[in-house]
Amino acid sequence: MEILMAFLIGIIFMSATYLMLSKSLLRIIVGTGLLSHGVHLLLLTMGGLKTGAAPLLGQHAEAYTDPLPQALILTAIVISFGITALFLVVAYRSYQELGTDNMELMRGKEGNE
Amino acid sequence: MNSLITLPLLIPFFTAIILIFFAKNIPVQRWIATIGSVLTIIAAISLATTVYTNGIQTMNLSNWEAPFGITLVSDMLSALLVVTTSLIAFVCLLYSFKSIGKEREKYYYYPVFFFLILGVNGAFTTGDIFNMFVFFEVMLMASYVLLVLGGMKIQLRETIKYLLVNVISSALFVIAVGYLYSIVGTLNMAHISVRLHELGQSGIVTVIAVLFLIVFGIKGAIFPLYFWLPGSYYAPPAPVMALFGALLTKVGVYSITRTYTLFFTQDVGYTHELLEILSIITIVIGVIGAIAYSDVKKIIIYNIIVAVGVILFGVATLTTEALTGSIFYLIHDMIIKAALFLLIGIMIKIAGSSNLKDMGGLIHRYPGLAWTYFIAALTLGGIPPLSGFMGKVLIVRSGFEAGNYWGAGIVLLSSLFVLFSVMKIFINGFWGEAREYSQKEKQPVKWLLTAPVILTICAVLYGLGTEAIYPIISTAAETLSNPEIYIKAVLKE
Repeated sequence: MEILMAFLIGIIFMSATYLMLSKSLLRIIVGTGLLSHGVHLLLLTMGGLKTGAAPLLGQHAEAYTDPLPQALILTAIVISFGITALFLVVAYRSYQELGTDNMELMRGKEGNE
Repeated sequence: MNSLITLPLLIPFFTAIILIFFAKNIPVQRWIATIGSVLTIIAAISLATTVYTNGIQTMNLSNWEAPFGITLVSDMLSALLVVTTSLIAFVCLLYSFKSIGKEREKYYYYPVFFFLILGVNGAFTTGDIFNMFVFFEVMLMASYVLLVLGGMKIQLRETIKYLLVNVISSALFVIAVGYLYSIVGTLNMAHISVRLHELGQSGIVTVIAVLFLIVFGIKGAIFPLYFWLPGSYYAPPAPVMALFGALLTKVGVYSITRTYTLFFTQDVGYTHELLEILSIITIVIGVIGAIAYSDVKKIIIYNIIVAVGVILFGVATLTTEALTGSIFYLIHDMIIKAALFLLIGIMIKIAGSSNLKDMGGLIHRYPGLAWTYFIAALTLGGIPPLSGFMGKVLIVRSGFEAGNYWGAGIVLLSSLFVLFSVMKIFINGFWGEAREYSQKEKQPVKWLLTAPVILTICAVLYGLGTEAIYPIISTAAETLSNPEIYIKAVLKE
């Protein structure tokens, strides 16, 4: 199962990198979203994949699932949600203001003398 | 149990929330902001004195015992950084009143400002690696808003790049924390340290160490990862630039210092060697940038990169003396960079341009500005007895003692070039003939000037009072070089 997850995460990271390397701003944002999904899956896998046990442990419990990665993922999801929302708004506003969503045209030259 | 430790976090937090309700009433906002920021300073100073007299203060949130819950830890280093942060926040706030403009003030400048302070203080105080990520995000979210607030073309453009770089580095941060968790099974920083030392040296730990170096290196602008900094820091107005330059990169530097003294001390030959080489290249790159440009903002921005290199060189040397030097230099640099950014902000306002070619002769009409700048520049260069001297002496001496003649030599040489780059601003900006701006009316700069003057006085006192401050700083360095002190205080073993 872990091997399968590793491949899945690898493919997600690959697609995210591909998208983030493109010139269009919207593709880049989709890429960052995909990247954060990959990261969350990685956290889940790092905690160890188990089924069939309650997440809470007594001192002498025989089997339990680690609840911490899920708490971390929840926090990370909320944060990446907020940032993606802000990113989209900034992208839209800059499209209005700059008239382009092409990263090639967004190079700055101010102060480079 | 000590609730004093939460005050430097709670005061900015509640100030920010209250400020949101008074968004459209500028005078009320200014008063609340001033009171909140003064209270933060008082809380921070009382925390620092408590830490100095009673040792490391810790607090387990919600009463979960240390390795299980989130712990806030204030050792001398983080208490000192919180004090410095609060001071710089207060000064930048004073400066903002007259320079940031009504529009920004109405659109939540002050609340976001306080959320930034919350994030920075939190990142310095937390004792939990994932909680540090959360505080990083609080700080970054506020910094995105501060960077884009105003909506000018350059701001929008640079915010997109800054956002993208930081989203990627945050993702790497979570990945690094995930890897670390899978090895040690804990997130409490003291507990991680214990477990890593039980584990001994292994390849995977080195990989994680380098991953953390990449994550914090992006925030702290070390050599191959500094590329975003000169562009992004160029865009916002002067007080925001001062906050970013003084605080944000230093959070990255602090995190590297913390993780590389507490966690990753098993494979020093690889990790710290890498850090050392990168810090030296960072210094060289920063110096080249600082000399090459004739734009005042760019010159000071590249000086940030130089300072990051110098501090990290001390951390990489990893002796108590070198760490003392690094902490000395870190605090000095926070104060003086904020002062310099605010000063060049005034110069730009007067001249209407940030290019040195459009300035000149400012000393005739603004002598106060000129001499403050002169003292600040000397302080940055590390001329004794001003601050910056002591830190560099310690870093360079321990570099030589460790047998690293090349590195220490470059640090030594870099201060000459740094001095040259800031003196270039003084000579071309303040001396000589006045340019077009002299046709215009004299700008009222008295209020604006108070802010950098306060900081410059602090920096001078910090230099002159080295004798008195030394024991405090060496306490901080002691904790860094003996992680057991930190671990004992947190885990109460």
